[in-house]
Amino acid sequence: MESTGIVEKLREEFPDDLLESYEHLGQKAVMVKRDHIVEICRFLRDECNMNHLMCLCGVDNSKRKGPFFERFEVVYQLYSISQKQMFRLRVQVPEHDCSIESITSLWIGANWLERECYDLMGINFNSHPDQRRILTPDDWEGHPLRKEYPLRGDTEWIGYEELKAKSRELGKFDFYDNLSKEKGGHD
Amino acid sequence: MGQMNNSGLVKIQDGVRFIPGASALVGPLNKIINWGRTGSIWPVTFGLACCAIEMMVAGASTNDLDRFGVIFRASPRQADCLILAGTISKKMAPVVRRVYDQMPEPRYVLAMGSCACSGGVFDTYAVVQGGDEFLPVDVYIPGCPPRPEALLEGLIKLQEKINREQGRWSQLV
Repeated sequence: MESTGIVEKLREEFPDDLLESYEHLGQKAVMVKRDHIVEICRFLRDECNMNHLMCLCGVDNSKRKGPFFERFEVVYQLYSISQKQMFRLRVQVPEHDCSIESITSLWIGANWLERECYDLMGINFNSHPDQRRILTPDDWEGHPLRKEYPLRGDTEWIGYEELKAKSRELGKFDFYDNLSKEKGGHD
Repeated sequence: MGQMNNSGLVKIQDGVRFIPGASALVGPLNKIINWGRTGSIWPVTFGLACCAIEMMVAGASTNDLDRFGVIFRASPRQADCLILAGTISKKMAPVVRRVYDQMPEPRYVLAMGSCACSGGVFDTYAVVQGGDEFLPVDVYIPGCPPRPEALLEGLIKLQEKINREQGRWSQLV
């Protein structure tokens, strides 16, 4: 099966969902609507032999310009192990309804990738079995990879404030108490 | 090991002398205890990021930390020293503090590398801006990562610091 036929097969199968297709450095890519993402992924996996989900990531499009761009984008990087071919699937997600269907039913490995995307981008994955934060602490506020998130964060994480308070308190048990004093009090 | 002087005592270190045949040390208690501690700094096996790779190299045969009596221990309860080897993320910081809290006195902290000293290039929402925000750091080792020689230098600096201590063996002193 030739991978060059994938875009044509997709267009045939999902004529209303395909927004754009292009090729870059020999790799096919398509942009699709989000409504039938699970069906499209299942079609690619079962009918087009794209059996491996290499990577799943989120993109903040707020500083990009283009005809189909919404605020966010979820990118599925697929790979056919038998054909040694990659395929990129890009899905636009609007800011006002920041959610997309989960594909954990197709690739169980998508679980943590989607959790990471939710954690850092704030994109919700519907019917995800366990959508919790994965990299930042559970009680973290905000989604750090969004463009509006300041580099140093806007508020300190409450757990870290608690840790610093605890360290100042425990400082009196140290032989040299450097912590309960102001920073810079080292000998 | 040492040098025999006119009185027949072997000088091991400044202020610490050994009586041959009697298996006895002579000297002020501070100096004898400090001498013992400088020769047995046992760090806890605890790596945070890429500096831990360099720490492993320092422990391997070329540089060989063992010849200073630096032996990595797998439990904080057997360790004297915590080497902050790498970037401390805020999520990891409570864990690092817990490891330190489990160590018995005397305990020392070495900040290894730019990240552990000051946060390094990672002036971001997720990274602790220096281990001294929540731990009493004794020695700072710059570098990204520090070469094994730099870590050795840091440990020697720590030995010098231990040698200057007075009465870190009793609340009564």
